[in-house]
Amino acid sequence: MAKTITITIKIWRQSGADFQGSFEKHVLESVDTDMSFLEMLDVLNEQLTLSGREPVAFDHDCREGICGMCGAVVNGTAHGPERETTLCQLHMRHFRDGQTITIEPFRAKGFPLIKDLIIDRSAFDQVIIAGGYVSVNAGSAQDGNSIPVAQANAEQAMDAAACIGCGACVAACPNAAAMLFVGAKVSQLALLPQGSPERKRRALSMVTAMDKAGFGNCSNERECENVCPKSISIRNIARLNREYLRAAFTAD
Amino acid sequence: MAQGIPFAREYGGTLANRSFGGAQVSRTFYARGQTGQQLLLGAYSAMMRQVASGKVTIYSRREMMDLVIVDGRARGIICRNLITGKLERYSAHAVVLATGGYGNVFYLSTNAMASNVTAAWRACKHGAGFANPCFVQIHPTCIPVHGDYQSKLTLMSESLRNDGRVWVPKKKHDTRPPTEIPEDERDYYLEQKYPSFGNLVPRDVASRNAKEVCDQGQGVGETGLAVYLDLQEAIKRDGLEVILKKYGNLFQMYEKITGSDPSREPMKIFPAVHYTMGGLWVDYNLMSTIDGLFVVGEANFSDHGANRLGASALMQGLADGYFVLPYSMGNYLARAGACDLSTGHKPYDKAEKAVQAATEDLLKNTRSGKKGLQTVDHYHRQLGSLLWDHCGMARNKKGLEYALNKIPEIRDDFKNNVLVPGTGQQLNQSLERAGRVSDFLEFADVMVRDALAREESCGCHLREESQTEEHEAKRDDAHYTHVAVWEYKGEGTEPALHKEQLSFENVTPSQRSYK
Repeated sequence: MAKTITITIKIWRQSGADFQGSFEKHVLESVDTDMSFLEMLDVLNEQLTLSGREPVAFDHDCREGICGMCGAVVNGTAHGPERETTLCQLHMRHFRDGQTITIEPFRAKGFPLIKDLIIDRSAFDQVIIAGGYVSVNAGSAQDGNSIPVAQANAEQAMDAAACIGCGACVAACPNAAAMLFVGAKVSQLALLPQGSPERKRRALSMVTAMDKAGFGNCSNERECENVCPKSISIRNIARLNREYLRAAFTAD
Repeated sequence: MAQGIPFAREYGGTLANRSFGGAQVSRTFYARGQTGQQLLLGAYSAMMRQVASGKVTIYSRREMMDLVIVDGRARGIICRNLITGKLERYSAHAVVLATGGYGNVFYLSTNAMASNVTAAWRACKHGAGFANPCFVQIHPTCIPVHGDYQSKLTLMSESLRNDGRVWVPKKKHDTRPPTEIPEDERDYYLEQKYPSFGNLVPRDVASRNAKEVCDQGQGVGETGLAVYLDLQEAIKRDGLEVILKKYGNLFQMYEKITGSDPSREPMKIFPAVHYTMGGLWVDYNLMSTIDGLFVVGEANFSDHGANRLGASALMQGLADGYFVLPYSMGNYLARAGACDLSTGHKPYDKAEKAVQAATEDLLKNTRSGKKGLQTVDHYHRQLGSLLWDHCGMARNKKGLEYALNKIPEIRDDFKNNVLVPGTGQQLNQSLERAGRVSDFLEFADVMVRDALAREESCGCHLREESQTEEHEAKRDDAHYTHVAVWEYKGEGTEPALHKEQLSFENVTPSQRSYK
């Protein structure tokens, strides 16, 4: 049978970007250890609602670790203590009976707070708008087999493409850099023949957009790689730097 | 492919293929266990290219609350800004709904939490016909339910059935761990019953058989509502490394949720609501019965009939958006001509007022200070389990009639006793959910009526009164070769059923067999 634990939650409450925020304390009893972290927050919210208080606002959608909507800093770590895990895929069996759990939003200049744990990550959209695509119209492309792609390249591109844009890399970085995110997107397209024609313009303009959105720069802390739920490697940052240099030195 | 989606490749550089449920050949391109996700990201990046060029503007964190019809044409929508709570008016020459399926009417499903029927249902209330609402696909390979706090069910990709073998203990209520059950005491029921398709029978057959063995007491796990999906043989045959390369991310996902490692012991799986074939009726141009209202993807009813096969939802979403709509929309616009796009028309005022009133209605109980109120989820769970029990994989007249009587009771209770904290002028997730559940409660009525009217086993559903001698689904083409389109007739009035006859020229529908 499933185990239950009692935990103390210290959770960040803030009604909007222009308001002061603070931690709020709650005790949750008989938390089933098979519960996911977000289900634990659901239970907390049901309790708050029934006692006439406002529930905690938090983003979530697929709850399968693939949409990139959820995320919070749990006990100091983005997405919590388990490696390669989004917050929705974290389960309560990884916490001890009697433990205090501190939950706060991802904090970064590029991600302004909306409410409680909800942040605005549309800066990532701005980076993609700057060039995170292949300029091709649907319906006009030739057969997929007409350009062979080396299996190793397809696999590496797939490793980079696994990025879900959750923003944990930014939250974990002391410089609030988005280099892992941008590196993943640039790498995916640079590694494939479809993305090659635009690789120079893409690298330059995505990095410019990244700077403009208020993200910092990489100083090789490797915190991003550590919290990435899709284990995107910082090799992608190295590739981004190479792509950027190559483009900067050989620009048309 | 051209958009830079990293589809799996053979060593020679050509595209790799794999097989899927209902198919006996490998013919599906894939990107690890996340093909759908990668196609979505590809579509997203293609859309962002249009945003960059100024052709598309994105209004994120908005929810469509109502459709606005001016002079008989769909001309705009009323949205709630989910951050400020303000209602906003948008006008256009045409409206396209790409709002997904309604699987969350069952509360527990594999759908994302925010999936809902609201946009489609509000359009239906304006006169768009709702086709085949009872056609819901139940996916066989999901992680079983484990507690009443559970918020969603996780789908394990069907690709696992390529290498996995499905079994239950032969002995009823066998509590031994799976690794201690010897080979000759295992019941590989799919392989035995369907020798040619084996573990790759279509989803409905796999789901129904899982339910059947569990109903017979052979189910496993704490609840007895699960069957084993075992990859041991494939691991022995190909080595763990090869299997991990194919399914590594799925193994990881499973272990995270359940705390058990599928490379050591078999996975436990059970069917769960996954996809809705029903949706708003559309013509070949993807236009609904309302002039100028187009519906694409899972939100419409087209393409899948009463059963959807693996990988074809991706096909539909992409085909509708990339290849059909751009042409049919151009045709419509050329034909419909120019129109006044101001949002000051009376229909906008009327729609906005109605939305405001509905919002106030949802908030009124909380302000009244009444005791004994219940949360939104309380009602959603109640509706969900009612539908799962009586309008799920197997249905019968008695159960459906029971559900039809029960739904208005839950709806009244919800109206009078739902607790929604906060106000309408702020980010309020309880209010968002309350609006969606309120629509689910209205929509469920049509869904059950549709199931009741179809007295045959069709596609993915077993109508218990209509079975073959071998307990397989029995179709009745003489009476039910039609699309059932429901027309909303107002609150408290029964919806009207219209039948669109189906005619087959090149194929003859017949009893399926996977033996």
